[in-house]
Amino acid sequence: MPDYHWPPMDQRRAIGKRVARLDGLQKSTGQAKYNSDLNLPGLLFGVLLTSPHAHARIKSIDTSQAEKLPGVTSLRVIQGAGKELNWQGQEIASVAATTENIARDAVRKIKVEYEVLPHLVKESDLGKAGTRAKAAGEVTTGDPEKAFQEADAVSEGLYAIPVITHCCLESHGQAVEWKPDGVNYYPSTQNLSAIGAELGRSIGVPAAQIHSHMDHVGGGFGSKFPPDLWGAECAQLSKASGGRPVRLFLDRKQELLIAGNRPSLFAKIKAGAKKDGTLTVWQSESWASGGIGGGGLNADALPYVFRNVENRKINHTSVSLNTGSARAWRAPSNQQLSFVTCSALDDLAAKLGMDPLAFFLKNVNLSNRPDVYKYQLEKAADLANWSKLWQGRGASKGPIKRGLGIGVSMWGGLGHDSKCKTTINPDGSVAVELGSQDLGTGTRTCIAQVAAETLGLPIAAIKVTIGDSSLPASGASGGSTTIGGVSASTRKSSVNALQKLFEAVAPQLGGNADQLEAVDGRIQVKGTPSKGLSWREACRKLGVSKIEEMGENVSRTAIRDGLINQGTAGVQIADVSVDVETGKVKVNKLVAVQDCGLVINPKLAESQVYGACIMSICAALLEERITDQQTGRVLNPDMEFYKLAGLADIGDIVVHMDIRPDMDKRGVIGLGEPPAIAGIAAIANAVANASGVRVAGVPLTPYRVLDALGRRTA
Amino acid sequence: MQAFEYANPATLAEALKSLGSSWDEAQVLAGGTDIISLMKDDVAAPKRLVNIKNVKELGGIAPHAGGLRIGATATFDELATNAAVRTYPAIRTAVLGVASPQIRNMGTAGGDLCQRPRCWYYRAGFGLLATKDGQPLVPNGENRYHAIFGGGPAYFVSPSSLGPALIALGAKLTLESASDKRTVDAAKFFLAPGSETEREIDLKPNEIVTGILLPAAAGEKSATYEIREREMLDWPLVTASVALKISGGKVSSARVVLGHVAPMPWVAVAAEQYLLGKAISEATAEEAGAEAVKGAQPLSQNAYKVQLAKVAVKRALLAAAGKA
Repeated sequence: MPDYHWPPMDQRRAIGKRVARLDGLQKSTGQAKYNSDLNLPGLLFGVLLTSPHAHARIKSIDTSQAEKLPGVTSLRVIQGAGKELNWQGQEIASVAATTENIARDAVRKIKVEYEVLPHLVKESDLGKAGTRAKAAGEVTTGDPEKAFQEADAVSEGLYAIPVITHCCLESHGQAVEWKPDGVNYYPSTQNLSAIGAELGRSIGVPAAQIHSHMDHVGGGFGSKFPPDLWGAECAQLSKASGGRPVRLFLDRKQELLIAGNRPSLFAKIKAGAKKDGTLTVWQSESWASGGIGGGGLNADALPYVFRNVENRKINHTSVSLNTGSARAWRAPSNQQLSFVTCSALDDLAAKLGMDPLAFFLKNVNLSNRPDVYKYQLEKAADLANWSKLWQGRGASKGPIKRGLGIGVSMWGGLGHDSKCKTTINPDGSVAVELGSQDLGTGTRTCIAQVAAETLGLPIAAIKVTIGDSSLPASGASGGSTTIGGVSASTRKSSVNALQKLFEAVAPQLGGNADQLEAVDGRIQVKGTPSKGLSWREACRKLGVSKIEEMGENVSRTAIRDGLINQGTAGVQIADVSVDVETGKVKVNKLVAVQDCGLVINPKLAESQVYGACIMSICAALLEERITDQQTGRVLNPDMEFYKLAGLADIGDIVVHMDIRPDMDKRGVIGLGEPPAIAGIAAIANAVANASGVRVAGVPLTPYRVLDALGRRTA
Repeated sequence: MQAFEYANPATLAEALKSLGSSWDEAQVLAGGTDIISLMKDDVAAPKRLVNIKNVKELGGIAPHAGGLRIGATATFDELATNAAVRTYPAIRTAVLGVASPQIRNMGTAGGDLCQRPRCWYYRAGFGLLATKDGQPLVPNGENRYHAIFGGGPAYFVSPSSLGPALIALGAKLTLESASDKRTVDAAKFFLAPGSETEREIDLKPNEIVTGILLPAAAGEKSATYEIREREMLDWPLVTASVALKISGGKVSSARVVLGHVAPMPWVAVAAEQYLLGKAISEATAEEAGAEAVKGAQPLSQNAYKVQLAKVAVKRALLAAAGKA
């Protein structure tokens, strides 16, 4: 079996290099085409009619006026008379028309009579949830009661993190062309290889007759795995319109209402410690909602990272709401767990009169990777200038107070199933093909780097093709498994292809294939550059037959191969200023220290962390979905009052990738989700440190900060 | 958005003729930053839009009677880059507070005065007074951004960026219809509607705001202080615009106007009176802030805006007096 192991760190020529992303220019100049840009000949526009009510029954639906509208090619009722609608935005009907305006006019002409039913759209007050609240997990370990009695300090608090949405710049949707010989499917997805088969199941077409293609995706963050109801609707509209292609993407309002959300978490936490800072006991009562399906939580995951505390008493309640459903959101549950845990521990440190850095360091033994967290805490503290800047809670002088805070994270990674084909042509050109997708993380570029490293070629010599269902299947980009999956499969297929090339040229080089190496565009006897051929000369020996070799990563057994791994740790420290007269929070700096094993491309890895930090800043300072119990509506399904940060709101981001040799040895580990976890907690703790008070909930707007400061004059 | 007729007049006379006797009949299109979104959200559905950007006499910023005339279609970008506007710091700061180049490039001075409230109940179709089944939604609802002064039956806040500064500076607005011309004080242009059929500004469907007349800037110290949730384009939570005349180190005349706290820009009369005869210091500015918020009637979620209003007044006064 060929040796697939990564070359030693000091011998790498393409891996580990700060290569700019291959599609960067295309994307920044608008040449990159997303499927929502697709303008196929004869294109029709699909629009959904969705429920204005949080809970209602359809009494009647009359589509006659809409169907008569010139330009309407098909209209479908999704939920007819008698059907119950359980959230605002639930799909009722779909229309395809020759222009988007006609489709929207038609939707407006569909007359629906509703019987409005009682709803619940707010979970902040658990007492009002009634039968919508269901027990969802309980854990007791050790003897919490005794531990609280023996604790030197006990801290109690309520911590709340609201529902937020994914805010993909490219909304959810697709174009579909249902032709007699098959269906052309242009989704916006994190799961290109498998999504066609899923669509096929819902529309009764064999997977073999569905061709899926996507060059780029404008954000997914965990919300773009299935074809969804609107995928099937789009296909059916195409079929009903004689096979003309239909493009149906959610509008921004629908995107915020029904394309998924990150569930909330409310937690009443009581924690106790010894004088020296050792955490001895944790008790939490929490509740959450992510929509009609409630908001579950793995209660056993608390306290986050410091889970090995001896005494724990945890219970969780899930609340079902009449709102659109939750979906995986860039490290599902982990922001919430990190936020409530780190907030409570920071409060406990304050209660002890202890520097939280010392407190977290004292308790790293309660984590599964004590040495890594110790290193990262110290590194992050150093980069944040902790020893110089940190003062006790509220000790900062003047109306603009500065503070520091810590958040921690953990994540899995590994690599999904992935198959890759490497082709070496007789003219020397190289193609690497797999049915993966680049979520904007730089997957394409990393694939090219792995192949270039393996074949001893410049990165520009590798033609990477992804994003088509005709290519070898690669898994869904979820759980931060893409880089692991594609780097392992690409490494293997490229090693396999190179082996074939070695075999073809070995006779001429007077040795056997095992003694050859590919370095700097040459095939040569190991360590003897004089006995070698240029890459082109070597490939010419192939005559007319190209080399096509496969490589495969099998998730279940991948660790054995030694190429990839799982388990990351991260520490983030925020440096903020709080104007205590206005409650306005400014992030001065967010430091992120992150490990993810062997880093294929440090520049792209850092870029991934920057993006995650920006998301954390948005969530900490601005983002929340605001619902109104009186009307059942989401009041901010727009980018005006559902607020994301702009450049001026973000501050400095300092990223340190933990690329020590011991980390590198572990192999490649996914980075998509890990850096998006700890920032919210870090910022919230920094605000507590600066202002001197714990703000119970995020986002940390003047509305909440001034409330906590007790400066309301009413 | 409902289909509509598009009128593209080249003269004011033509534009005025294209208007109708009701808002459903015709509305004015200038920058389009508000009317288009209202139409997309089906909150407004005029049969005709009358584009006034090609009406030359409605544009420009020019000296006028010792002060300045700002044409209704002067964009925020023009206001931001105009040298004469710099002599009115209260206006300049308000203009720069509209923090997106795209909006500054398109949005106009007249449009800023005539734009509709951002109240989320209004924008979701529950009417200007935000009611459901005859009951007001704001008092028991999500009112963190709503009025702390002058609430009931309207609880929205005036969204105008220029309004408070114009009132502080004693500006007048010129309005024209096909049959009439009138001039109103900026302070009297904004109204609190008492019913769903009333508007929040003193403008009739057949009228156009043609311009803003500013008195001479000389001798007046002005400033605007704005507090908003994010630095990127955002609606202010609270603004305060102040204009002071100071003689012998003491305030001889003061205007203090709060924005985004009431259905109209809110003149803080008590603060104005308090300031007369005082020197501006940290202490008097603070006290003026406290005077400004006396009588505030916050709703269930927006008491924090009282504190913001107090601080905004204080900081605006210190900025105007050069002590910030």
